[in-house]
Amino acid sequence: MTKLMTTAAALALMAGAAQAEGKLSVYHWFEYIPQELVDKFEAETGIDVTIDTYDSNEAMLAALKAGKLGQYDVAVPADFMVGIMAADGMLDTFTPEEVPNHANIAAQWMDVPFDAGRKSSIPYQWGSTSFSVNRDVYAGDISSLGIIFNPPDELKGKINVLDSQNEVLILGSLYLGIPQCSTDRAQLTALNDMLQAAKPHWASFGSDTSKDVLVSGDAAAGMIYNGFSAKARAEGANVEYVYPKEGHVLWMDNVVLLKDAPNRDNALKFMNFLLVPENAAAVTNYAAYTSGVTGVEPFLDEAIKNSPENNPPAGITPGAFAQACDAETQKLYDAIWTNLKK
Amino acid sequence: MAGAAPQGPPQGSGQASGGSTGYRQIVGPLLLPTWAVIGVFLLLPVLLMGVYSFLTKEFRGGVIWDFTLAAYDQFFVTRGLFGDEPPQIEWTYIAIFWRSIWQAGVCTLICLIVGFPTAWFIATRPPAQRSVWLFLITVPYWVNLLIRTVSLKFLLRDNGPLNEGLMAIGLISDPLPLVNTNLAVQLGLFYSYLPFMVLPIYAAVERYNFALSEAAADLYATRWTILREIVLPVVKPGIVAGCILVFVPSLGAFLAPDLLGGAKTFMIGSLIDEQFKGSQGNWPFGAAVSMILMALVLLVLLVQARAAGKAGAR
Amino acid sequence: MKGVRHYPGFLALAVGCLVILYAPLAVVAAYSFNDSASITQWGGFSWRWYVDVFTGPEAERFGAAAWNSLTIAVLAATASTAIAVAAAVAMVRGGQFRGRTATYALINLPLMVPEIVTAVAALIFFTMVGITTGYLTILIAHITFCIPFAFLPIAARLSGIEEVYEQAARDLYATRAQAFWLILLPLMMPGVISGYLLAFIISLDDFIITNFVKGAGMETLPTAIFGSVKQGIKPNIMAISTMMLAVSVLFVTLSYIANRIGQKTRT
Repeated sequence: MTKLMTTAAALALMAGAAQAEGKLSVYHWFEYIPQELVDKFEAETGIDVTIDTYDSNEAMLAALKAGKLGQYDVAVPADFMVGIMAADGMLDTFTPEEVPNHANIAAQWMDVPFDAGRKSSIPYQWGSTSFSVNRDVYAGDISSLGIIFNPPDELKGKINVLDSQNEVLILGSLYLGIPQCSTDRAQLTALNDMLQAAKPHWASFGSDTSKDVLVSGDAAAGMIYNGFSAKARAEGANVEYVYPKEGHVLWMDNVVLLKDAPNRDNALKFMNFLLVPENAAAVTNYAAYTSGVTGVEPFLDEAIKNSPENNPPAGITPGAFAQACDAETQKLYDAIWTNLKK
Repeated sequence: MAGAAPQGPPQGSGQASGGSTGYRQIVGPLLLPTWAVIGVFLLLPVLLMGVYSFLTKEFRGGVIWDFTLAAYDQFFVTRGLFGDEPPQIEWTYIAIFWRSIWQAGVCTLICLIVGFPTAWFIATRPPAQRSVWLFLITVPYWVNLLIRTVSLKFLLRDNGPLNEGLMAIGLISDPLPLVNTNLAVQLGLFYSYLPFMVLPIYAAVERYNFALSEAAADLYATRWTILREIVLPVVKPGIVAGCILVFVPSLGAFLAPDLLGGAKTFMIGSLIDEQFKGSQGNWPFGAAVSMILMALVLLVLLVQARAAGKAGAR
Repeated sequence: MKGVRHYPGFLALAVGCLVILYAPLAVVAAYSFNDSASITQWGGFSWRWYVDVFTGPEAERFGAAAWNSLTIAVLAATASTAIAVAAAVAMVRGGQFRGRTATYALINLPLMVPEIVTAVAALIFFTMVGITTGYLTILIAHITFCIPFAFLPIAARLSGIEEVYEQAARDLYATRAQAFWLILLPLMMPGVISGYLLAFIISLDDFIITNFVKGAGMETLPTAIFGSVKQGIKPNIMAISTMMLAVSVLFVTLSYIANRIGQKTRT
């Protein structure tokens, strides 16, 4: 019996110690990188890639803070979250020489406010967040965020909302015409009350499920990212992505080098790999957003390049990036979110 | 499957003579691995979780080792959205607990209503048929709970087989909204834990002496009177065990509310999960909710143990 | 005679019970053979989703997850069964000793603590002592909660074995170890097998606890399925589910047969 136990323990340790060299541990959004591209990277470098997924910037941050930092090499936070992580000392830096394809970063995404000169991050994809409506269910006017926050009868009880604090609260603020990071009590109370009043009309909260509920018909309208909505359409749902008159959320997701990355060199190889136009285009063709790398155009699918989700009509209200609020203000928004989720 | 009630220590033959086979001297070493594993990896963690529930939550996730009652305060007390109003009782989380208790209670009741006749029916079959029926009831219990829940979701969704079928035969014109409702969660819980109700009741009915029923029938008692007055009191321990086996795990259920309820309506399980896996990142609060759930379960088990003790004394 | 056993409507409820329990599983199993990629339309019988599971784009991920699930289940069942055998011998053959009731409560603790609480406690513990979550933490957690499942059938079998066999062996100068390995263990075997199979299937099926204590890049089959299901119930998930279903049925059947043989050889 003792022998059996020793063998079992030894086997377990071996399996645990297999996390040796030639590995790369990626903390990524759900459904955001094609398996074929991962296979290609593995074939080119011999590095074994493992990917864990998260479904909101906040969940990723919370997990890293709760002890997962040091287990992952790279993560893919959005713009404002890069700033928060950098301020918290959760990111490592690199020089352009360490990532030879650094020059492929599109000019407009090089000197970004959250990482000037791109010392900890490289651009991944950018896109927008608003909502989509199944036109088979509702054919009326869908130009306003009121579809989500004060829905018509046809859509009541058939709405999915992203399980993402940042996006829900900003879209709610846009609907009410409230600035981000407000400290005005009346405005915040109004936001809280509006969300509380809207919640009974929602069917579900879910980010990773936001495409499937539209495709399966479990929801007839839902907050969603533009590329994800394009995929829902490609999978047969008659959904229309809306650039609402009140505005929408813009975001740029970035691959960041995490502090205490167990495989820093491999992480840099991976980032460099993602800056190759053909590879960046492969992500775009899969996720249906827009790449932040120059020279991807020749590799893009026509359908993605010309999708209505990626090519808003002229004259729409411009989108807004999320702002990182200071701690005191953020606590108020956290309270509104907690209040909404409970 | 968590939440099974203890059935009392096994009454081995060793209890009478004990030690003549020479194991008495090495009881310590034999039990050492059990104590080491469950003690270190379950008992100690549960105690540590208690400590953790008194720690301070760091901004945006993580904890600081400062002791505070903040997590329990958040559970029971509200001071308004801005935290500066006079403290009042926070009903939100109590409501979540109440909802979970209520749903678990309803689930237990439905399982009992369906499970008792089933168990009775099986126990009154000839022995050969009995084991086949038992086998059929147990098989789903060993099928992955996740897969069972997903199957149910697939069956119930708007364009799933059930709705399509009902529409095809013209019973309904529009799909019934089944997924993402409390009804779906309820059905999911019922479906998950039904076998837990059937098996203990079956065990009790199988041991029931039908001569009692026959005697009562000879005295012109109706079947239903016999059931109520004679059978139920005798098989009560089995019913109580079944109720606990269903009630306790449905109280902390996570998969059914998450997959079938659309993650919109919190139940205790999803509330805890959200603190660790979701965007809240509030571990001390999650630990506190877990402690309160544990306290609740211990209370239920204690009440059951006392009731069983009383019944035993009679 | 039959009158007091028979109640009207009970048969219908029992049949209804089985229908409720099996209908969703049957539907999923049926649709896993659906040739159409659409989950709502029937496109004819096909093995394509089973082929997809082994060769499709997700094959590597599910393969790794299945391997983790399988090795963890084997190791966890082996370790917990070994621990449970020792515990059962002490509890049933050890007579009255101090702490017997406490030990009994301890063995049953994993059954009494709600699963989500066990998961939370384990995560906090591993984080506090600084063990990186991963394969090892999953294995430890599984061994812990599998012990009572292995213990119950083993203890039940052992309490049905009279001491005379071992006593006879001891009288003939067998050592305690010889009496155990040559006499008691073979007699206990049906219980041990049954306990091992239960522990195995419990480990294989666990989702909640595994989901909390798995580390970076670690998946077991249930966590991988949970992740995929979020993006839609696809036919390949149904194929995997059906295969897991088949494995479960196989193991219950084995356990059932082991028990039947056990009953026949019962002394």
